[in-house]
Amino acid sequence: MFQSIEELVNLAENYSSVAEMMIQIEMENSGRSKEAILQQMDDQLKVMEKAVEKGVRGVQSVTKLTGGDAKKLASYLDSQETLSGTTILTAVRNAIATNEVNAQMGLICATPTAGSAGVLAGVLSAVTEKLKLSRLQQIHFLFTAGAFGLVIANNASISGAAGGCQAEIGSASAMASASLVLLKGGTAFQAGQAVAITLKNMMGLICDPVAGLVEVPCVKRNALGASQAFISADMALAGIQSVIPPDEVIGAMKQVGQQMPSIFKETAEGGLAVTPTGKAIAAKLAANPQKTI
Amino acid sequence: MTEQRFKSVFDIIGPTMIGPSSSHTAGACRIGKVVRTIFGEEPKKVEIYLYDSFAKTGLGHGTDIALVGGLLGMDPDDSRLASSLKLAYEHNMDVSFSMKKEKADHPNSVRLIVSNGKKTLNILGISIGGGSIQISELNGFKIHLSLGTPTLIIVHKDLPGMISKVSSILSQNEINIGTMTVTRVSKGDQAIMIIEVDQKPNKQILEELRQISKLESANFFE
Repeated sequence: MFQSIEELVNLAENYSSVAEMMIQIEMENSGRSKEAILQQMDDQLKVMEKAVEKGVRGVQSVTKLTGGDAKKLASYLDSQETLSGTTILTAVRNAIATNEVNAQMGLICATPTAGSAGVLAGVLSAVTEKLKLSRLQQIHFLFTAGAFGLVIANNASISGAAGGCQAEIGSASAMASASLVLLKGGTAFQAGQAVAITLKNMMGLICDPVAGLVEVPCVKRNALGASQAFISADMALAGIQSVIPPDEVIGAMKQVGQQMPSIFKETAEGGLAVTPTGKAIAAKLAANPQKTI
Repeated sequence: MTEQRFKSVFDIIGPTMIGPSSSHTAGACRIGKVVRTIFGEEPKKVEIYLYDSFAKTGLGHGTDIALVGGLLGMDPDDSRLASSLKLAYEHNMDVSFSMKKEKADHPNSVRLIVSNGKKTLNILGISIGGGSIQISELNGFKIHLSLGTPTLIIVHKDLPGMISKVSSILSQNEINIGTMTVTRVSKGDQAIMIIEVDQKPNKQILEELRQISKLESANFFE
């Protein structure tokens, strides 16, 4: 098993693709058949697709704090020429949809976490539409993302409580950007560059959920994490390289996560959670036994 | 790199789960389910102590609901999860929550003390991110159970020969033991074996283990 991006990139040369390498390693580690592993990934993909569909139709969270924004974006996309383009905005719409379903206590697939579940689902569904991907290509996209995600999880963190939001939306966006690069015919090395480019921009992002809920700002951070994956991927495909190599960026991300005060690590004691509006929402929810606003 | 905590691609792409938080909801549910499994039955009395981030944002993330859902035997994708507190009430499960001020080794830590009359189990669980969990303490013993690897949990009476009976069934079926932890409540009382295995035992092997006299439960976690 690869321990770093460098090892991942080198090891991938022995396989037909990063996805195929991940599948083979999963088979060796779990003793399960290729069919069973592909089937499980297909099942995860089905959950992602259903969450997107449900969210785009319009949902409201348990607290009524979030919901309905995916639907707004859907009408906007349908009605006019947009500034940032259809593919990115479709990804953004679907990312929002997924996290609105998550906040509603609906069924989602954590990628790598529930709070960041919209990024990969949003990016994959949008690029599937744009490039008319086959089912197998979509499944491979997820194995590739998982491979890069494993390196980040084992060398830094994918937990907001341990590493801040950089560990959640940052990791998710980096994984998505790496998969996009390989899907578009880029190399594993370029995918690693996309990971570095993405994580450098996410570095230091704090986890400051209003009232301790996975709603504000999480839903919108998923939207922007999805959009960033496309930009990083395009930059890497253009041949742009990160001056700081991806493994060093991940090392820095780990350090930043450890140095980050705990008020910024999913405790709702800092950042947006303690703005006047953030505090007012928390107080209102605490006073209401129905836990709605 | 100190430790390969995440091993499977499905630790990253997954689990499929009821929202809103993989660490505070899905991880909490898994901790609850592991506790129930090790306990061997549904506990009647449950004391839950939440630390740090679990204490501060746990209720907003449904950590309470998820822990209880797990104790009721639910998985993270169970659609009944949202109504677990009501279900616990209907099952006459007496549940109490306390928020602890002191720091824990990991921000997402929870201590569960479950009992059923004379039998008590005390477990410290941590949720390390993305729904993955570890059990770091069991009845006062420091243990390291990651559940990222296939693990057998066997609850049995503390008698001579139990370990050899279990290990011989595993070896006959060509299942290799990676690590093994054995601990007990007190001498001659209830004991627990936590066995990390390299191959997955099938239903038949689990049945064979359950046939061992004085063995209370045998469960497998992938």
